[in-house]
Amino acid sequence: MLQLGIKELAKYPFLAETGDYLRDKGFNLEQLSDPDWKPVIEKAYGRIIVATTGQIYGGDVENPDLEILSFVIAIILLKSAGISTLNRRFSLAEARRAERYLEQGLNALQKDRTILENLKLKEESIQSSLKIVQDLFSVRVEMEDDRLKIHIADYLKRAAHFNEREWKLVNRRVESGYVYLSSHEIVRLVRKELDVYINSKIQSVNISFIPETFRERVGDLVLLAKKFSTVVIVSSDYPPCIKHAIEVLDRGENLPHSGRFMLATYLLAKGQTIEQIAPLFKNAPDYNERITKYQLEHIAGSSGKATKYSCPSCEKLKSENLCFAIPECDGIINPVQFGTRRKTNA
Amino acid sequence: MHEKNVNFVEAALKEYYFSNFELIHVPSRTSEREFGYQKFNSGMTRHLTIKNDKDLHFLLMTQVPSDVYCSNACYSFPNLPMSEKDWKEADLIFDIDAKDLKLECRKDHTCFKCNSCQSTNEQSTKCVKCNSDKFDIISVTCQNCISEAKKEVKKLIQILTEDLVINEEKIQVYFSGNEGFHVNITNSDYQILDSRERADLSDYIMFNGVMPETLGVSKQNNSKMSFPDIGERGWRGRAAKEIFGSKSKRPKIIQEILSGGYSAFQSRLEEMRHTIGVRIDPKVTMDVHRIFRLGGSINSKSGLSKILCKDLENFDPFSDACLLGDEKVEILANCPISFRLKNKKYGPYVDETISVPKHTAVYMICKGLADVAQ
Repeated sequence: MLQLGIKELAKYPFLAETGDYLRDKGFNLEQLSDPDWKPVIEKAYGRIIVATTGQIYGGDVENPDLEILSFVIAIILLKSAGISTLNRRFSLAEARRAERYLEQGLNALQKDRTILENLKLKEESIQSSLKIVQDLFSVRVEMEDDRLKIHIADYLKRAAHFNEREWKLVNRRVESGYVYLSSHEIVRLVRKELDVYINSKIQSVNISFIPETFRERVGDLVLLAKKFSTVVIVSSDYPPCIKHAIEVLDRGENLPHSGRFMLATYLLAKGQTIEQIAPLFKNAPDYNERITKYQLEHIAGSSGKATKYSCPSCEKLKSENLCFAIPECDGIINPVQFGTRRKTNA
Repeated sequence: MHEKNVNFVEAALKEYYFSNFELIHVPSRTSEREFGYQKFNSGMTRHLTIKNDKDLHFLLMTQVPSDVYCSNACYSFPNLPMSEKDWKEADLIFDIDAKDLKLECRKDHTCFKCNSCQSTNEQSTKCVKCNSDKFDIISVTCQNCISEAKKEVKKLIQILTEDLVINEEKIQVYFSGNEGFHVNITNSDYQILDSRERADLSDYIMFNGVMPETLGVSKQNNSKMSFPDIGERGWRGRAAKEIFGSKSKRPKIIQEILSGGYSAFQSRLEEMRHTIGVRIDPKVTMDVHRIFRLGGSINSKSGLSKILCKDLENFDPFSDACLLGDEKVEILANCPISFRLKNKKYGPYVDETISVPKHTAVYMICKGLADVAQ
């Protein structure tokens, strides 16, 4: 279990220890109805507003009580508003904020002690970073000379789900069971888990009543949430991997099973029917009408155990040598997203 | 497969299993594994549980399967449907197949069986008997295929032991029973990896997806300092060895790379996949629900055994995995290619009735190159 000082808790107010802190101080919801708390409520509201704009709340860990309480009140406001989009944005922004502190702590590990003193970075800051990464996310960060390293399996558990090529293990410095990373990269690895952790903390909070002094700001949050909506523009062009698969079949050449699976799942996802897709396979050297129909029905989930299969990710297709990426593929992680540009007005 | 062939091969398999129980064992954590088997001309029976060696041997005797499989994964409920099994973890598995190595020699021992009239052809353009253009590809394996596949296994073991620090005692190398090798790692730190994570690990092993920047070449601001040294560990060191050859050539070759530019170096790295990357089948490694051929069992594609290679260097599959009986059997051979088993060369044969040892008869029948004589 983590044991942090109050300044460290101000950096990471989502930790379970915040509950102990509140109990020690004797805070409860009834107290918060008092108008004296108005400035803290405003600070909490401001913290949410900053999060919704995609910015990172700075705060002031030199005033830890205010930092911790404004976080707690922000959660009460969010729970009262009950809008998941706001919760997600807030947890993401709070995760980014915590990342900064985690990175500072890990970075300090690499500096020698005299520099540390000059930077006024305390041992506690280092230890809390290491412990959060290890206790919450089970990643043990080790030092070798002035380099940080983690186990390959811990790295793959996270980085293999990123899409940028530089995160592929082959593009990392790997030696003797470890991957060598910067403090920034280690924190990037646990970003999603940090976000999920904070979000789960928000989810788990139960509010028995909403103090009167909160109602106005809760109303403001509900109004604010209406601004968030998504517009999706879809183009009808096939991605290069699908074009390639169709061309191979057109030429009467053998398309491997994985390629046929990709083609079928893609076209099904795009709304084509089994009857429309089946003729594409007619030129295959081993074409069998009955088997093709059976397999398409199975993939579509209309036979067998009714499992509908999804189109494989770009990453998987790369591994199977089925990817023929072009610049237009930038930013997509699955062929079904090709030609789709997501635009948001928020 | 024709019924008379099935009867003959099944009898040979039953005899093998009866006299070789000591070669066929259930793996560790038996009760958490899914088992499956196939019979000739029949579908797969899977989602089975087997308690111990005795039950496994009983299955072999009563069902006489053409192929026997066991999951690399461990489940809470291995006999339930896939979605209810509750996957826990899986051994790391690698498949190295000579067919994937695209060797020059393959054309010398590959032929084509017409889907319409079943005759064997040396070419795959048009069937000489019925003009059909649909074929099954039939290949046998030669000594060169095996020695090239062994080189890949050695490259793989080097990466597993040096880069991934997997204890050599945990690495088991099997001859697959047909044209390659299976490498199985139990009880390692990598058991918990899911399919996508194993795909990335496969890419690492294959030297797939490497960026020029990883080896010190970027689109701008190149520095000689960021190029790898031959003495470095991991891929940087291995790539440096391949690119520079020796320390003394390093400065000159760096200069050549810098003047060649980013794209040229990227193409060079793509080519290096085939030389320094390990040519595993990534689909096998990333499949965490696979049932994988059981060690000691017969591979029905060849009649050879999937067998543990204790001494890879000196392992000869054509003798060491050829474990069926050697009493003479008459078969009708239609085999335009030649092959060796137990130090004896066979083929080519054109519609010939020949008398061969049982292991060779099963090999040719399983390959589709012969039938039991009337």
